[in-house]
Amino acid sequence: MKKQDLYNYILGIADNSLILGQRLGELCGHGPSLETDIACTNISLDLFGQTRSYFQYAAKLKGEDATEDSVAFLRTERQYRNVLLVEQPNTDFAYTIARQFLFDVFHFLFLEELKNSKDLNLSAIAHKAIKEVSYHQRFSTDWMKRLGDGTSESAQRIQTAINDLWRYTDELFHTSESDDLMIEAGIGVDLSALKSIYYKRVNQILEEAKLEVPESKWFQKGGKSGVHTEHMGYILSDMQYMQRTYPNMTW
Amino acid sequence: MTLLQGVHIDKEIHSILEKVSDPEIPVLSILEMGVVRSAVLEGSHVQVKITPTYSGCPAMDVIGDDIKRALKKEGYTANVELVLSPAWTTDWITPKGRKALEDYGIASPLEPEADKAVLLEGKRLVKCPQCGSTNTRMVSQFGSTACKAQFQCDDCQEPFDYFKCLK
Repeated sequence: MKKQDLYNYILGIADNSLILGQRLGELCGHGPSLETDIACTNISLDLFGQTRSYFQYAAKLKGEDATEDSVAFLRTERQYRNVLLVEQPNTDFAYTIARQFLFDVFHFLFLEELKNSKDLNLSAIAHKAIKEVSYHQRFSTDWMKRLGDGTSESAQRIQTAINDLWRYTDELFHTSESDDLMIEAGIGVDLSALKSIYYKRVNQILEEAKLEVPESKWFQKGGKSGVHTEHMGYILSDMQYMQRTYPNMTW
Repeated sequence: MTLLQGVHIDKEIHSILEKVSDPEIPVLSILEMGVVRSAVLEGSHVQVKITPTYSGCPAMDVIGDDIKRALKKEGYTANVELVLSPAWTTDWITPKGRKALEDYGIASPLEPEADKAVLLEGKRLVKCPQCGSTNTRMVSQFGSTACKAQFQCDDCQEPFDYFKCLK
């Protein structure tokens, strides 16, 4: 096993939390109500906390003068490995919830497996993170049902959001070359084994929320190999601004 | 206080660390919170290990600085290390800590099943820290910090925080 593959593997996990955390952070002071504003930013904070643990570990592996900040802020767009789903814009509250729900169900299943990783650091982070993610999943599942089974307006909006974001779900289960090596080494999570459980769970909640499961079989991909949607550049310019403008600044 | 299993804090520095409080819940000592996992004295140097309640808890950096400052005042140098495993659970809040939370106006965590029932099914089980009534309801699953949910008492009408169960 090469150090570089483990490093890549960690970034693949961490970037999902980083970019989704950034997206949710945009709602700070802009949420549809005070409670949901606070909830979204709290989830963002949990995700950033998890990202920090991953990046601190990644920076240590990288050595030289890498720090959690340089790993987080000083890469170019093509070097980010997050899935396309998490970089999709907030659009409206239905999109925010649908994106969160589609990711949370995956995130929970993923961490449940990562707990068994042979890599003790990753296993420790997973044990910690899964407790937080179980609350995220409750929050987004609850809102899926409230919107889907709410008014005709809320039902229509959440259905539209699910239909639009559905195309990004398949990528959650794609693996890179580094992923495959890590799975072989007993460090990484075998994503193919999670796929049927994921869709079963998602479909069940959609049904409970009185929503239709999208039928489209066409899926979008690219994020895991660094090819992102047009939204990514804007996220990065916002997120990286401080470190690019004032290199090495700290709080 | 009784020390938690697996926690080692050298006697000489116990009373110093007891005075360091959680910056977000000032009435609660970090020892009662179960955040300090070990504090070992080596001459005049103290090796401290702390664990976060939540990964993104912004209080951890402050707690680390506060520990160093408190020890320095008593003539010790300190090194504070953040450990993730075993992961913190609300079980580590001591009985004294739970009492301090209630006195401060924060309802302390219920057991996992009851926690789920109040957060998801709208069951009225959380005791209002102001009037003691359980005629309370959840306003939001996330409260003033990630570790708490927002509640309101339907008897005395006071809003309050409920410390969510984490296991």
